[in-house]
Amino acid sequence: MDLSNLLVNYEEATAMVLFAIGFSNLLLQKNLIKKIIGFNIMDSAVYLFLALKGYIQGHKAAIVVDGVQSVEAYINPIPSGLVLTGIVVSVSVTALMLSLTIRLYRRYHTLDIDRITLEVKRGGD
Amino acid sequence: MNLEFVRNFPLFCIILTLFSGPLCMISKGKTAKYINLAVITAVGVMSVFVLAEVCISGGSYVYRMGHFPAPWGNEIRVGPLEAFIAVFFCVVMLLSMVGGAFERKTEMEESKENLYYVMVNLLLSSLIALIYTNDLFTAYVFVEINTISACGMIMIKQNGHTLEAAVRYMIMSLLGSGMLLLGICFLYGLTGHLLMSNIKESVAAIAAAGTYHPPLMVAVGLMCVGLAIKSALFPFHSWLPDAYGYSSISSAAILSSLVSKGYIFLLIKIFYRVIGFDVFYNSRVINLFFVFGIAGMMFGSISAARENNIRRMIAFSSVAQIGYIYMGFGLGTTPGVLASIYHILSHAATKSLLFVAAAGLCECSGGSKELSKLTGAGYRNRMAGVAFTVGALSMIGFPLFSGFISKILFAQAAVNEAGKMLPTLIALAVSTILNVVYFMRAVLIIYTPTGYVSSEDGRDYTRVQMRMHPEKSVVFGCFILLNLALGLVSQPIVELCSRGLGMFS
Repeated sequence: MDLSNLLVNYEEATAMVLFAIGFSNLLLQKNLIKKIIGFNIMDSAVYLFLALKGYIQGHKAAIVVDGVQSVEAYINPIPSGLVLTGIVVSVSVTALMLSLTIRLYRRYHTLDIDRITLEVKRGGD
Repeated sequence: MNLEFVRNFPLFCIILTLFSGPLCMISKGKTAKYINLAVITAVGVMSVFVLAEVCISGGSYVYRMGHFPAPWGNEIRVGPLEAFIAVFFCVVMLLSMVGGAFERKTEMEESKENLYYVMVNLLLSSLIALIYTNDLFTAYVFVEINTISACGMIMIKQNGHTLEAAVRYMIMSLLGSGMLLLGICFLYGLTGHLLMSNIKESVAAIAAAGTYHPPLMVAVGLMCVGLAIKSALFPFHSWLPDAYGYSSISSAAILSSLVSKGYIFLLIKIFYRVIGFDVFYNSRVINLFFVFGIAGMMFGSISAARENNIRRMIAFSSVAQIGYIYMGFGLGTTPGVLASIYHILSHAATKSLLFVAAAGLCECSGGSKELSKLTGAGYRNRMAGVAFTVGALSMIGFPLFSGFISKILFAQAAVNEAGKMLPTLIALAVSTILNVVYFMRAVLIIYTPTGYVSSEDGRDYTRVQMRMHPEKSVVFGCFILLNLALGLVSQPIVELCSRGLGMFS
C-alpha cells in the first residue's frame, strides 16, 4: 500500500486523526465535560476537512475586491458556507449538552455518567 | 383550487411549523396548545392537498427555492410517497398529542408547558423537511434540529431517569450525526454537489469508472452507520428504554413512532436518490443491516419479555421493530424496502396506540407501571383495555391488523432472495413467538378479574369511565381504525408506496 499519499494530503490526514480523537472521547470518556470537549474536537475536525475541500492553493477568499471577477482568483466558497452552518449547529448542540450537564450535576453532584446511571437506578423514579 | 398553487404547500408546511415555534414560546400554555394542534392539523390538510395533487398529476415534481437552477439552488422534491408519509406522520402526531393531553397537566411544570409545544412544532418541521428535502446538507441541519427537539421532549418531564436518558440520547445522536456529517463531506469532496439528483449522477459515473472506490464506500458506510445509530438500531439502543419509559406520554408516543422513522426515511432517500440502489447493493453495508436487524429483533423481544414495567416493555419492543425495518433493508431488494416502509407505517400507528393505551391502564391502577399492579386494569378502563389488546395483536401480526400485512410483505420479499430466505423466515417466526409471549402475557394480566376490592396495598384503584376522557375515547377509536385500515385495505397503500418508490430512482 502506498502511504506517500498520506504525506501529500497531510491536512486531510490530520483532520481524520482529530475526528478519531474526538469521536473516541465522546464515546468513551466518563466525564460529561470531557465528552462535550470530544464532541467539539470531532466537529472541528469535520470543519477542517470541509474547509480543505474548498481551498485552492494560492487563491483568495471569495470576496470580490478591485473588480477581479476571474474564477482563478478565488477559492470555492460553498464549503466555507457549510462550515458556518455547521458551527451554528454545533454551538446549539453544545449549549444543550452543557445545560443538561448542569441539571445532572445539581441533582447528583457528579459529572461521571456511569455513577449518575447507578444513582438513577438506585433512586427509582 | 389552482393546482399550481398547491405545489407551494410543502414549503408552506415547513415555514409554518418552523415559525409557529417562537409563537408558542411567547404565548401561555393553553394558547400554545391550541396553536400546536392547529398547526399540526393545517400541515396535515395541506399535505392531503399535496398528495391529491401528485396523485392526480401522476408524477413527482421538484420545487426550486427562489428559482435558482439546479446545481446551485436548494430544492424540495415531492412525490406520492413523500406526501403520503407526511400526511401519515401528521395524523399520528395529532392523535398522540391529543391522547397525552390529560397526562401532560401533571407531567410538567405549568410555566414550561408552552416550551413543550415549541419542541413539538420544531420536531414536526424537521420531520417534514427531512421527508421533502432534496439537498443533503439541508437534511443534515434538520437531522440536528430533530435531535435537539426530541431531546427537549424527553427532558421536559424532569426526573433522574429522563435527564440521564436525554444525555445518553444526545451522546449517541451526536456520534451518529458526526458520522453522517463526515459522510456527507466525503461525498461532497468526491462529487462536488449537494443536491441529491446531482450527486447520484456523479456517483454513478464514479462507480462506473471504478476510480475512488474506497472513499465512496467509506462515505456510504459513514452515512448508513450514522443514521443507524441515530435511529437506535440494536447495539446503539441503550438510551431508548429509559427515554421512552419515563418521559411524558405524548413524547414517548411521538419519539417511538415518528422520530426514528424520520431518520430511516432519510436513509431510504439516500439509498435511492443519492448513492443509487446498485451502488448501495454492491457495498456490503446491507449485510451489516441484515445481521444487526435480526440481532435487534431477537434481543429487543427477549429484553421486553424480561421487563416488568409496561412502558419499558413497549419501548424494548420498539428496538425489535426497528430491527425488522433494517432487516428489510438488508434483503437488498426493492420489495424488502417496500416491506420496511409498510412496517414504518404499521409500527407508527401501533406503537403510539400502545403508549397511549398503557397510560390509560396505569391511570386506573394508581399510577403504577408495574405489570403485576395492572391486574384487571382492562375492566377498570375498558376503552384503554380494548385499545391495548388491538395494539398487542397488531404487533404480534394477527390478521385484520396492520402488523400482519408488514410481516407478510417481509416474508414475500425474503422468498425471492435465496441466500437470505431461511434466516429471515426463521427470524420472523421466532420473533413472532417472542412477541406473543410478552404481549399476550400483558393482555392476560390486564384481563385477569380481580373485583374492585384489591386495594390491600393502599393504592387507589379507581374505575375510569369513558365519559371522563371523551377525547381519549376518540383517539383510541381513531388509532384502532387506522390499524384496521392499514390491515384491511393494504393493497392501495402498498401500490401508492411502490409507485412513489419507483419515482425515487
